[in-house]
Amino acid sequence: MKKENLIQYIYGIADNALILGQRLSELCGHGPNLETDIACTNMALDLLGQTRSYYQYAAHLSGEKVTEDDIAFLRTERQYKNVLLVEQPNTNFAYIITRQFFYDVFHLLLLQELQNSKDETLAAIAKKGIKEVSYHQRFSSDWIKRLGDGTEVSHQKTQEAVNDLWKFTDELFQLTEEDKNAVELGVGVDVSLLKEKYYQIVGEVLEEATLSVPELKWFRKGGKEGIHSEHMGYLLSDLQYMQRTYPNMKW
Amino acid sequence: MSEKEIKNTGAEPSRSLEELFDQRIARDEKIEPKDWMPEKYRKTHIRQISQHAHSEIVGMLPEGNWISRAPSMRRKVALLAKVQDEAGHGLYLYSACETLGISREELYEQLHTGKAKYSSIFNYPTLTWADIGAIGWLVDGAAIINQVPLCSTSYGPYARAMIRVCKEESFHQRQGFEIMMTLANGTPEQKELAQDALNRWWWPSLMMLGPTDAESVHTEQSMKWKLKRKTNDELRQQFIDQTVPQADLIGLTVPDPDLKWNEETKHYDFGDIDWDEFWQVVKGHGPCNKERLSARVDAWNEGEWVRDAAMAYAEKQQDNKIKKAI
Repeated sequence: MKKENLIQYIYGIADNALILGQRLSELCGHGPNLETDIACTNMALDLLGQTRSYYQYAAHLSGEKVTEDDIAFLRTERQYKNVLLVEQPNTNFAYIITRQFFYDVFHLLLLQELQNSKDETLAAIAKKGIKEVSYHQRFSSDWIKRLGDGTEVSHQKTQEAVNDLWKFTDELFQLTEEDKNAVELGVGVDVSLLKEKYYQIVGEVLEEATLSVPELKWFRKGGKEGIHSEHMGYLLSDLQYMQRTYPNMKW
Repeated sequence: MSEKEIKNTGAEPSRSLEELFDQRIARDEKIEPKDWMPEKYRKTHIRQISQHAHSEIVGMLPEGNWISRAPSMRRKVALLAKVQDEAGHGLYLYSACETLGISREELYEQLHTGKAKYSSIFNYPTLTWADIGAIGWLVDGAAIINQVPLCSTSYGPYARAMIRVCKEESFHQRQGFEIMMTLANGTPEQKELAQDALNRWWWPSLMMLGPTDAESVHTEQSMKWKLKRKTNDELRQQFIDQTVPQADLIGLTVPDPDLKWNEETKHYDFGDIDWDEFWQVVKGHGPCNKERLSARVDAWNEGEWVRDAAMAYAEKQQDNKIKKAI
């Protein structure tokens, strides 16, 4: 497999972890209670830890001079390949949990397949991540149920978040050209095959949470090709601030 | 009356109970939540432990300010983990405080209404990345000096919480110093960031050890209950003596023209502290008092519907269990 293709494939997975980790870390110190604050930070730490493993591998593939930080902080917006879902803002706790839940279900299915990748490093990173992401999915599913089947207010707020974020779920199952090549060589996961299982799991949890599944026929996409939402630029200005202001320094 | 009886009695305080209680403390015995204790002991401990817990969670804010902008992945993860540790400390300390018969909601209420204080140092802003290094090095450094003696304080739950807190704080302190060292050994711009942070954080860190002994209202009683083992001035001297050589080591200048090693006393002499500034910040007029408190109040208020939902859901689950059992 061509190196550049593999690197792009890695970005497609790792950028989701980075951007969602960044969003979650914005919450640290502002959670609805201490326990939830600590739990959200835990998930951020897991995701950023996974990001580092992927980026260190991509840096290794890229050549001697490239570091994980070059990849994390010094690409242009168009070069980040995360899905639109994970860059959506922390509008309120219902949005945070729904975004997390929509991503976690996909993430676990992805890693369960990726652990069988012919690329040993990717397989090992996936294997290590499964335990963490299983916990994330349990956490976010539990909260979806609490919020959906909690009070009238929480039900309404969560239904709104579900309705609003639903349009970003289909992009998870799109394949880029790099993805297709990676799948062909047994390195990548054919995410389109995860779709049915995904909507089944999501549907079951939403039903238990007394929330309805939106009947949406149109979906947003673009993140995987580097076409992001307006939120992304602001997120990157924060993320890249130090590296852009003080280039070529060690921290 | 035997000590066992004292432990179990709910009797009103009397001279003999209090005398026996004092003797237990003098013997370095731990006081546990169900033991008899003078009302003043209970109140003083609620005040101090809650103030400490509030400081941990308010302290998350100035550092949290830089998580999204940390300069490298390694630093981002380390800072996030550090701020999470502060949340953990808040959690043990609130739990220790709750054993004295006050609820977490009441404690938050005291913080949010301004009735309870938190460490004034967190009312200073974090303006550059170097401030994250300075906080770890100086603020956590001063905190450790304050807190190590508390690992053997008389109230059991507090002492046990402090053992864990101190272990983590000393890790944070080393981490902060390492950030400063990296900057001090870096480019001229980085060194300037480090020096600027030291300039801004030095004096507030000295103030963190509390007012001078002459002005400190709680010292005598606190010494007796082992809530304090050394006076504020002694602690401050210890902090200065420990920190100045560290600044020298990394080539930074402590912003005090009167700072000088005194061969006779074997301590550093230092310049006058601006106590007016200290009291202004304590009274609410620091650079970020309003922002810090608002951030806590907003998080709490915005989280209300979430906590209500969790409660309502838990009740429904309980009802379902009962129905199933019937």
